[in-house]
Amino acid sequence: MAKRVEATGVTAYYGSFKAIDNINLRVEPKTVTALIGPSGCGKSTFLRSINRMHEVLPGARVEGSLTVDDENIYDKDVDVTAVRRMIGMVFQRPNPFPTMSIFDNVVAGLKLNGVRRKSVLQDAAEKALRSANLWDEVKDRLGKPGAGLSGGQQQRLCIARTIAVEPQVVLMDEPCSALDPISTLAIEDLMFKLKDKYTIIIVTHNMQQAARVSDRTAFFSIERTGDPGRLIEHDSTQKIFSNPSQKKTEDYITGRFG
Amino acid sequence: MTATTLPAPGQSPKLHTKKLPSVAFLGVAVVALGLSAAICYGTGIGGWVLTLVVGLVLYLVGIFVAVNAVEGRRSARNRTWSALIHSAFVLAILPLASVVWTLVSNGLDRLDGDFFLTSMNNIGARDPNGGAYHAIIGTLEQVGIAALITIPLGVLGAIYIVEYGRGRFTFVIRFFVDVMTGIPSIVAGLFVLAFWVLIVSPWFNDGAPVFSGFAAALALSVLMLPTIVRSTEEMLRLVPAPLREGSYALGVPKWKTIMKIVIPTALPGIVTGIMLSIARAAGETAPVLLVAGGSAAINFNPFSAQQGSLSLFVFQQAGDASRFAPARAWTAALTLVALVLILTIAAKLLARRNRIPR
Repeated sequence: MAKRVEATGVTAYYGSFKAIDNINLRVEPKTVTALIGPSGCGKSTFLRSINRMHEVLPGARVEGSLTVDDENIYDKDVDVTAVRRMIGMVFQRPNPFPTMSIFDNVVAGLKLNGVRRKSVLQDAAEKALRSANLWDEVKDRLGKPGAGLSGGQQQRLCIARTIAVEPQVVLMDEPCSALDPISTLAIEDLMFKLKDKYTIIIVTHNMQQAARVSDRTAFFSIERTGDPGRLIEHDSTQKIFSNPSQKKTEDYITGRFG
Repeated sequence: MTATTLPAPGQSPKLHTKKLPSVAFLGVAVVALGLSAAICYGTGIGGWVLTLVVGLVLYLVGIFVAVNAVEGRRSARNRTWSALIHSAFVLAILPLASVVWTLVSNGLDRLDGDFFLTSMNNIGARDPNGGAYHAIIGTLEQVGIAALITIPLGVLGAIYIVEYGRGRFTFVIRFFVDVMTGIPSIVAGLFVLAFWVLIVSPWFNDGAPVFSGFAAALALSVLMLPTIVRSTEEMLRLVPAPLREGSYALGVPKWKTIMKIVIPTALPGIVTGIMLSIARAAGETAPVLLVAGGSAAINFNPFSAQQGSLSLFVFQQAGDASRFAPARAWTAALTLVALVLILTIAAKLLARRNRIPR
């Protein structure tokens, strides 16, 4: 199920502005990789280029190659929607669809991709909500609007929505930054659970979180504002947080800059 | 004035202050009205409207002075502005209430079965009966056809501008839509008269130009289209980008995201914009007069021969010499307003149907 993601020379632009430069990174299946670094260093841009969400913005484009199990998703003949079905994404702010009920939110990806059978949808919804640790809280009000849930529940709803389409890779863009510690804990627990089946890449500003949840950590940084972001160091999380090989990484994780 | 001055920096402000009792405001109002009446009628000018207006001004001055003396300057400003805003609201509502009242009180005279079931065919100046059946049919058909043309065109156009349009071409489209918003209805009528009635319609009618309800619908379309495009565009722009991205990230294609996520989210606003344009079209008289010609008889066929409409009916009856005509004009006006109201309520209910109850 889970797939290997490998970036080779990935460079992303917003119009003429180069946001990230020549990123080379390999993510093994069934691991959690954390992307850390100061604001504006291109972590989110890199994350969004993994499922081709970067190009949604006007004028944005990506160069280089990004392979998922040796298939380059930036090949000309690749179907973008198929890529996104394979690589799911959870956003910084919970974004449940406001016109849909909790149930419809969870199965939105299946329904909008043509799954009609009620029994299939019901099973998928329960399975996804159970994996997202949300089933017990919402099982009696599946028909109520998703926007009526609390922030933490909404975020777990969005995670359930993402895993309901059974992707092979899950990208998370600061999924806990808008949440309280208890909801954060629930989502971190969830990541441990999901690791058995999915490859997870998470952007986070919270270094404790990176240390807690990830197997490997990639540190991004920029020289100064206006420069493109670069990958400074990529290693096991333990190594990065105890004995980083780059001075810059050490400065960042010990709080001396950024 | 000294009651609530700001404390010196570092000192805490006084939390408890003197309050003017609410009876005092009633007192000020009574005094202001009395004074105003004394001025207006004492000087022999008179008039209850003037008395009310002068009374309001005196009341505003009065509460400012009274509150200023007891509660302080900040509070006085607050109360005076609140009173001003409330009176502005009442002033804005008054004409609306007046219109509704005039319509209902004058329109009830002829609000009978005859009015809705007969036309003006063979109704002479001395006949008290006659009705607007033909005009109601005309309005429903013309506005209906115009809506059938403009709603898909307008909504799709707005989707193009917001979701697909890039660069100069879109800019030009938006500019011309803006220009079209300002087209006077008589110009739209003249355009359809010159283009459709005089040039195109002879092809279908053995070489002779023909008035028709469809021509009126075309003219109304010209008027409705820019309104629908602009209002739909604004509503689509209000849909947050993260919703679209959330849908893309599930592997949902763009067109399906637009149909199933963007449009439903913006639907209530889109419906409101459409209903506003329909209401405007239903009230247009000039284009109908120019290209449908008006008719006293019932004509169900919008594609051939003359047709009337409710607004045209109001115009004709209001200018008619018969002493029974004004009552018909009022009832037709009431019918037109009621029709638009019913359509609007129906559309709102329809748009709300897919909202999930909390």
